[in-house]
Amino acid sequence: MRIGDAKQSYEADEAIWTSQTQKLWLGFFLLILLVFPFVVDSYLLYLGCLVGIAVISTTGLNILTGFTGLISLGQAGFMGVGAYTVAWLSINTALPFPVTLVLAGLMAAAVGILVGLPSLRVKGLYLAIATLAASVFLHFIFAEWESVTGGMGGLSLEPAHLFGLTFQSDFMMYFIIVPLAVLMVLAARNVFRTRIGRAFIAIRDRDISAEILGINLLRYKLMSFALSSFYAGIAGGLFAYFYRVVTPESFPLSMSIFYLAAVIVGGMGNLLGGILGAAFMTLVPEALKLLTAALTPFYPNAPVFMSPMLEIIFGALIVGFLIFEPHGLAEIWHRIRRFFRLWPFRN
Amino acid sequence: MDWLFFGEISLAGLAMGGLYALIALGFVIIYKATRVINFAIGEIMMFAAYLFLAFAGGMEMSPWIALPLAVIGGSILGGVIEKTMIRPMLGESPISVVMVTIGIASILVGLVEFVWTADPQLLPNFLPREPVFIGELYLAPKIAYGFLIGSALLIVYLLYFRFSRGGVALRATASDQAAAYSMGINVRRVFNMAWVFGSLAASLAGVLVAATGGLSPQFGIIGLSVLVVVIVGGLDSILGALVAGVFIGWLETVAGAYLGGEYRMPATFLVLAIILVIRPYGLFGTHEIERV
Repeated sequence: MRIGDAKQSYEADEAIWTSQTQKLWLGFFLLILLVFPFVVDSYLLYLGCLVGIAVISTTGLNILTGFTGLISLGQAGFMGVGAYTVAWLSINTALPFPVTLVLAGLMAAAVGILVGLPSLRVKGLYLAIATLAASVFLHFIFAEWESVTGGMGGLSLEPAHLFGLTFQSDFMMYFIIVPLAVLMVLAARNVFRTRIGRAFIAIRDRDISAEILGINLLRYKLMSFALSSFYAGIAGGLFAYFYRVVTPESFPLSMSIFYLAAVIVGGMGNLLGGILGAAFMTLVPEALKLLTAALTPFYPNAPVFMSPMLEIIFGALIVGFLIFEPHGLAEIWHRIRRFFRLWPFRN
Repeated sequence: MDWLFFGEISLAGLAMGGLYALIALGFVIIYKATRVINFAIGEIMMFAAYLFLAFAGGMEMSPWIALPLAVIGGSILGGVIEKTMIRPMLGESPISVVMVTIGIASILVGLVEFVWTADPQLLPNFLPREPVFIGELYLAPKIAYGFLIGSALLIVYLLYFRFSRGGVALRATASDQAAAYSMGINVRRVFNMAWVFGSLAASLAGVLVAATGGLSPQFGIIGLSVLVVVIVGGLDSILGALVAGVFIGWLETVAGAYLGGEYRMPATFLVLAIILVIRPYGLFGTHEIERV
């Protein structure tokens, strides 16, 4: 059982990491992240990169949906904006990749503000449908504005370069994606210790009350949209450098739903939940692939049923978590932690 | 401009719009009674159409027996969904309930692919084949007869909800749940019935649309067009569903014919975006005033 936890100053109360043990575990976790690419095979490395990208995008959507209460079906569209920005810049300019990535984020944020504009007038489900409209328009632009986006064929780009290093392999990409993911989650955590983040949460809990308390709704809702799409843009940019090809079909509506599902399964309004949800939702299809491969010798038909099974499991996870565990994986995690923390004195 | 061509395209669009109106009516019934935005309506349509395929194609029943069976199957599906997955979400935030329907949509797509594979299918033809002429304008027979069957159900629905006991119960529940409950209306039953009737309308429309355009697990995408219809018309307005359904069906077909198929969705979503900015509650919807 944890003892000696009395806080004696506001700084201590506000601290992100409250105890030595927590810092120790965190250091241990970061060490694992660092060692991970050196010890695992290329498949796990690839998965690690995918999870990293998903964590960034899910954290972005969590800021908007989980913390500000604005549901968005446009996350894939914003990622597409980021990916196309990176692809276009790396083909047509000589900017180094950190600059293109930041520009991708800013570009997506600008589009996000534009999409967020109706959010003062419409909210809740109407807003979700407005973002759905935005993603339809974005997909249309990706497919039809051929001089910039390359039409249905999309764009192919060169691997990222910096200081004479070429980030071509998954191994090299890992060292861009994962540190960036850690950094961006930390940044998000810090946002919610500031006035801006608190304003987001106030808007989520009751927007009219928040307005009466002096929070400028339009401004903070747009800020939330901008921040969220910035994350999506960065994730999209990384996606572009990772696969090095960007097409309109890379960012379908089902991808937006995937991220929304990741936020829900992880736990809305909980950054740890976003991380867990992103990792879980990315790894479930891969686990199913492994299972299918294992079953194929006994049931030759197994691969045929994999894709429908995936759809069913995906849907069942969303429905199941919403009905039985609305606070998501984060709540399960807390429950486990509580068990150990209270250990000998439970009951 | 070729007016004959425009007339024929418009006619086909209006007929398609009639089916949209029917689906939108199903959507609005569910929304009015239970305040649930049903993203799975396209998949319920798809499920009923596949049932029809199984009865008429697989078991070689007469299409006129298979059609009611498929529609009943679709309505039962709606009722089961309500009982098992929507009822437990009562009182949760609308976002969560919408996500549940999205999850249901995914499950239905998976089930259909599981049983019937992902390949596109053709429904056995059961509608008369003689071309239909209205004045000089040609209309494809499948679309014309689909429109007729759809409108027949539409009229039955309108009369039912206007005059019958069940219809009054539904409208009472929609306007004030607590009052309806205290007047002895079985609100739970109304919820369930709304899902059954809504899915029934969607199922019939599903079979008719699939009969004209073919069937695949991606069929549910039509749900997006219906979403546009109900938002433009107003989520809780039956009149809105009818007007907007016909209009959006027409617009989609005309945009598809003159600009190309890739313009269909952007054209209707443009109307949606304009409506959302000007009248967020839709053309005929109730403007809800929110209080703290």
